[in-house]
Amino acid sequence: MTNLTELGVAAIRDGVAKGDFTAREVAEAFNANVAAAQDALNAFIVTTPDAALAAADAVDADRAAGKELGRMAGVPIGMKDLFATKGVQTTAASHILEGFTPQYESTVSSNLWAAGAGMLGKLNLDQFAMGSSNETSYFGNVVSPWRRSGGSNTQMSPGGSSGGSSTCVSARLAPAATGTDTGGSIRQPAAFAGITGVKPTYGRCSRWGVVAFASSLDQAGPMAHDVRDCAIMLGAMAGFDPKDSTSLDMPVPDWEAALNSDMKGKKVGIPKEYRMEGTDPEILKSWDDGIAWLKDAGAEIVDISLPHTKYALPAYYIIAPAEASSNLARYDGVRYGLRDLPEGAGLQDMYAATRAAGFGDEVKRRVLIGTYVLSAGFYDAYYNQAQKVRALVAQDFEKAWEHCDVILAPTTPTASFGLGEKSDDPLAMYLNDVFAVPASLAGLPAMSVPCGVNSEGLPLGLQIVGKAFDEQGVLNAGLAIEERAGFTAKPEKWW
Amino acid sequence: MSVDKATVAKIASLARIQMDDDALERMVPELNNILGWVEQLGEVDCTGVEPMTAVIPNTLRLRDDVVNADPKTGGDRRDDILANAPAAEHGFFGVPKVIE
Repeated sequence: MTNLTELGVAAIRDGVAKGDFTAREVAEAFNANVAAAQDALNAFIVTTPDAALAAADAVDADRAAGKELGRMAGVPIGMKDLFATKGVQTTAASHILEGFTPQYESTVSSNLWAAGAGMLGKLNLDQFAMGSSNETSYFGNVVSPWRRSGGSNTQMSPGGSSGGSSTCVSARLAPAATGTDTGGSIRQPAAFAGITGVKPTYGRCSRWGVVAFASSLDQAGPMAHDVRDCAIMLGAMAGFDPKDSTSLDMPVPDWEAALNSDMKGKKVGIPKEYRMEGTDPEILKSWDDGIAWLKDAGAEIVDISLPHTKYALPAYYIIAPAEASSNLARYDGVRYGLRDLPEGAGLQDMYAATRAAGFGDEVKRRVLIGTYVLSAGFYDAYYNQAQKVRALVAQDFEKAWEHCDVILAPTTPTASFGLGEKSDDPLAMYLNDVFAVPASLAGLPAMSVPCGVNSEGLPLGLQIVGKAFDEQGVLNAGLAIEERAGFTAKPEKWW
Repeated sequence: MSVDKATVAKIASLARIQMDDDALERMVPELNNILGWVEQLGEVDCTGVEPMTAVIPNTLRLRDDVVNADPKTGGDRRDDILANAPAAEHGFFGVPKVIE
């Protein structure tokens, strides 16, 4: 019999629909993988095997009754623990939200359950999605299933912030997982783990019920084995939601049906500013491979310039902390989550004690930076200037679209690194997202597709950025790369 | 611009995060590293550039002016709202005494 946990979203959906296997068999197989890997990989904060089985049984019953099945019917998934799930603890990997049990369901997760997906558990992440290595979670590091070749047993980073998501898909604990991307948090972990991840246009997926980090940047998206699986899952996640004031009021195209890897007549832009000094030569080589593959698919390659690229990351590290300091003001020990009330303390002391005990170091650092750049006297020099630079970064893309349809670039400047190798230097960690952040600032759809492994046997990803609302163009270029890269590498099972 | 310990203490107080001396000492160089690095934004000529506040042009919608237009965000949810409160009492959030 097929090893069900090797299957992706499309194969599971089709197999369940045809009756090759039941949704329950699929859920049981993944539940078993989840349980067996938890101690070694720490991908989940809580597991919900019963929820996965209940959703599967509902799909099997619908099929037996001859009802029409949803587009994710029978597919169990991992849910990043940033999405509020009714009756299931939702922590954002923080101590301050430990034990928080939402009385409501986020729009994105509701949409997925309505499409027939089931929940295997809530996935670990960097605390409040702040981090690029999954080393800031209150619930411990997530460990990548990948290891350097040659018998190394160094624990590798799964990337972040969606590190539980990337680990669970690449280790076959789930065929797909939700991620969220504020400045690369879907694409960078996807690249580190040899999987595919899509950040759609800002507003495609509702932010309602997603723990807020930086509201003008946060976007949810799918992480899965291949482009088709991502197209299916994104279709199930996206859609207009009146409860999110920035939700796009536009129809959701059938991205899966329109997948087409023929790039004839398409122009692919290669931004010269992304050839940065210090970029790993193997990354540059993978970029050249990608260019050759898209040419082979019929695309015309054009050189473009995104002159403000260098300033995108520092602008992001003003804007995102500023928004975070405002969003995280809600954690005050009054309405939900942790309360630390020292003996005899007043209200203000309670706030300060609660937040000191409940936030991790990276979260505190960003809240302080955000508070500083928004404070009187510094607002113009920092925050306003960053918002202006953000406008220039977005204009760079607008000008580029006069010459090309999509942009091809590396996803990250390096492959995965060992846990602990970068955690002492926040700035070095931030630089991981140097290629991912510009598309975030401009709200554009972007994805990472695996393209090969480096000399250490670690996966590398290529990034495609598209015009606003043109997820299809991004997915199609991704498919063209996927078909030619022939990426079949898998982490060798050691856990 | 760089920050000293007194400034970090002021920011921490504004952000309502209690920090002892050791924590403040540790935070000063970390924040200065980051602030020193973002300073490069000053090089960018932004004359005539409007600060970007929304990535996708979008107008704010008004919902229908009716009670409980969407039951998920409407009223009648007191118990749900209090369900996670550390100290809910008599249908309210409980807090330490704020008036002496």
